[in-house]
Amino acid sequence: MPVSVGMLIWYLGTALELVFVVCSVARGSYFKYFFLNLYFILSVLTSVGRFVVFTAYGPGSDQYMYVYYYTDPLLTLALFAVLISLFLRVFEELGFAKHIRLGAGLLLLGTVLFSYAVVAQSSERLSTKFAYELSQNLYFVGLVLTYILWGAVLKLRETRTRVVQFILSLGLYFSAYAASYALMNFADKGSLIQYLSQALGCFLPLSWCITLLRYTEESRIVPARLVAVPR
Amino acid sequence: MMASLIFVISVATLLMFFISYCRSLMASSSRHALSEEVRDVTGISSVATGRDFPRVVQLLQLCPEHQGDRVGLRAVAFYYSLLGFLQKSVAPIVPSLRSWADLEQASCGYFAAVALDRRIAYSRELLTQQSEL
Repeated sequence: MPVSVGMLIWYLGTALELVFVVCSVARGSYFKYFFLNLYFILSVLTSVGRFVVFTAYGPGSDQYMYVYYYTDPLLTLALFAVLISLFLRVFEELGFAKHIRLGAGLLLLGTVLFSYAVVAQSSERLSTKFAYELSQNLYFVGLVLTYILWGAVLKLRETRTRVVQFILSLGLYFSAYAASYALMNFADKGSLIQYLSQALGCFLPLSWCITLLRYTEESRIVPARLVAVPR
Repeated sequence: MMASLIFVISVATLLMFFISYCRSLMASSSRHALSEEVRDVTGISSVATGRDFPRVVQLLQLCPEHQGDRVGLRAVAFYYSLLGFLQKSVAPIVPSLRSWADLEQASCGYFAAVALDRRIAYSRELLTQQSEL
């Protein structure tokens, strides 16, 4: 039963990612949100690749483990690119594009070097451990950057509904992922918590699909209403 | 220890983003003026109250879904329950929180009323299309 639940979540997540890309093309927003689409296309391709190895060698095989751990940082990097593209959208009127790109590049380099420094002290297999460490650190950086971006949205009084909801969904995803990751340390292997992070993978394409379908590029919201405590 | 710390921080940010997400959903419908019909049915004149939400949700269940608004409604319903819990637990100690939670629950009620308005308009559209066929 646990295997079938896991597979079901996997199929559902991949289907939702495809739905997002299709909706994006249908709504004429593919190039407007290019990096969001690129992330989901990469994610679908990765899922297909993982599935091929999964069925050929089995879930416990070395081959599957390598494919899983090497493709994970690739997806996290794509998600990092999504986040930076949202930063560029929020700050586009201030003309900070060059600074943001430079800052993102330096941050990425710093994360890679930090991950390497952590792994270099370990005696385990370097490349696999590095891929895992880089992925985890990028998730943490992503959470912090989303928090900063949300602060900028409030400060700059961003009104574009789609941009605001894309950022909030990303914040929810990163926070929930970090919480589930921490919970996994307490839970036993095979418990329901194990499926939580997998199920969270469905949340991002689902909420972004809803945003894309419900709001147009022209939809606007009152920024003052986003702050929980009125200023 | 580290896992517990990560858990507490991530739950706090999760809650913050969830509240903002619900508020962004409600803010997007705050400019929508309710139709006369919905005002009559729900009894909401211009400003909703916190008590309107459960009643409007019951009415919503009678109408066909419109553009997959169910997910947003569920998120707001959960937010409404969260505010109810806050009112029962923390608000007696912090009185200012009670009025804030009341205002938030009223916004939930207005959001549901707007959803009802859209569903009624959608049902009418469907009926018109069927009669044309």
